[in-house]
Amino acid sequence: MVTLIDYGAGNVTSVARALRRLGAEVRLTSNPEDVSSASSLVLPGVGHCAALLGFLDTHSLRRPLLDAIARGTPFLGICLGFQALYQRSDEAPEIPGLGLLPGQVHLLSRNVKLPHMGWNQIRLARSCPLLDGISPESYFYFAHSYAPPADGVETAAICKHGHEFTAVLECQRIFGVQFHPEKSGAAGATLLANFLRLAA
Amino acid sequence: MSLAHRILPCLDTDGTRVVKGVHFEGLRDAGDPVELAARYNAEGADELVVLDIAAARDNRPTFLETIRHVAEQLSIPLTAGGGIRSLEDARCVVRAGADKVTVNTAAVERPELITQLSNEFGTQAVVLAIDAKREDQFWQVRVRGGRAATSWDALAWARRGVDLGAGEILLTSVDRDGTQSGFDLALTAAISRSVSVPVIASGGAKLPQHFLEVFTAGAADAALAASIFHDQVQSIRELKSFLQSNGVAVRLPC
Repeated sequence: MVTLIDYGAGNVTSVARALRRLGAEVRLTSNPEDVSSASSLVLPGVGHCAALLGFLDTHSLRRPLLDAIARGTPFLGICLGFQALYQRSDEAPEIPGLGLLPGQVHLLSRNVKLPHMGWNQIRLARSCPLLDGISPESYFYFAHSYAPPADGVETAAICKHGHEFTAVLECQRIFGVQFHPEKSGAAGATLLANFLRLAA
Repeated sequence: MSLAHRILPCLDTDGTRVVKGVHFEGLRDAGDPVELAARYNAEGADELVVLDIAAARDNRPTFLETIRHVAEQLSIPLTAGGGIRSLEDARCVVRAGADKVTVNTAAVERPELITQLSNEFGTQAVVLAIDAKREDQFWQVRVRGGRAATSWDALAWARRGVDLGAGEILLTSVDRDGTQSGFDLALTAAISRSVSVPVIASGGAKLPQHFLEVFTAGAADAALAASIFHDQVQSIRELKSFLQSNGVAVRLPC
C-alpha cells in the first residue's frame, strides 16, 4: 500500500487516481502515525511552498516524515513535494525545507515565460530505475516557477527552461520529480509504475 | 529540449452535453464530454479545457459531476471554468478533479478574486480568460460570454491580471470565434509579448496553417479549438505532425 500525504493540494486526487489505475492500493492521510507506519510514501504538491511546509508543521508531519525516510522507506516527491526536500526555497525563505538534500530551490530565469507550463523533455544525467522503459524522447508535464539546482550528484535527469534544473532525482530510496507524472500521459504512468515496483 | 507548443481541445458544455455555436450564440449539441475527453486524451491532446457556458446556478452540481467523469478519463491536465464567481466555486471544481480554473466575468468585476485563487491554488492553477473585441484603436475586454462591453483595454487587463496572480491567459477573439477564418494574430502577439506568462490563443481555428501562424507570428504558447476537433475536421495527431514538419516544437504521442 502506498501512503499519499494529503495536504489538500489540487493534485492529490489526480496522483491517487493515477496510482490506483496502476493497481496500487492508496491510503490518503495527514496523520503522523500513518506516515510512520507507511511502507512507501508519496508527497504530491502544487501551489505555494509555504502552504506545503506549513501544513507539515501544523500537522506534526515533519519529524515522522524525516524519520521514515531515514529508515529507508521509499519516498517519491512530486513537484513541490520534491522541492520540499531541499534546505530552503526562494519562494518562502523564512521556512526551512526538510533539508535532506543540500542546496536551495531558486526562481527560474526571468528571461523566459513563467510559470514553466506545459510539456518538456528531459536529458539523462545518469541511469535511474525510475526512468526504466521510458523513451528519451518522452515529454513530461511541468507547471512551476521555482526549481531545484541541476548540479547535485543525485541528479538523474535535467530539464532546461531559462536555466537548467533537476527534473528527476534519485538518492538511495528517495526519488523526486519536478514534473507531474500523474499528468504526463503514458510516460508518467510508466514512471509511477517503476516507483511502485521499486517500493515493493 | 524545448517546451512544446500545446494543443488544447475545448469542451463547451451546457453542464452535461458538449454544445457549440457561432459568436457565442445559436448552440447545438456536439457530443458527450466523457467520450470526447477519452478520445482527446488518446489522440495526444496536451490539456483539456471544459467550460460550463450556461453557468446557471441550479445547474452547478451537474457540471461538477461532468468534471469528475471527465477527470477519470484523463492522464493530461484539466482546466475547468465558466461561472466561477468565488473561491468556493473554484474549490468545488478543483475537488472535482480540475488542475486549473479559469475566471472571466467575475475577475473583471472583482479583480481581487484572481489573487485569492492564486494564494489558495498557486499561480499555475489560475487561468485568466479574456474575451477581446477589436475597436478602432484597441481591443476591448468583453464579459458575459462576449456580449457586454467593459472599460478595459485587453492589453492593460492582461497585465493587471498577471500582476494579481494569473499564471496563464486564455485569450479569445470575439471577432474570430466560430468563424474558422484563423486566429487573430495581431491580438495574440500583442498580448503574448506584453505579459510574462503563457498565452493560449482561442477563436477562429480551422486549418493546420492557422495553428502554425499563431505559434509563429502570433507568439502563442498554446492554441485552443473546439468544433474542428469534435467534428473530426482536424485530427490532433495530424495537426501536430504538420506543426513538427514546419519546425514548431510539439509533443508527439509515443
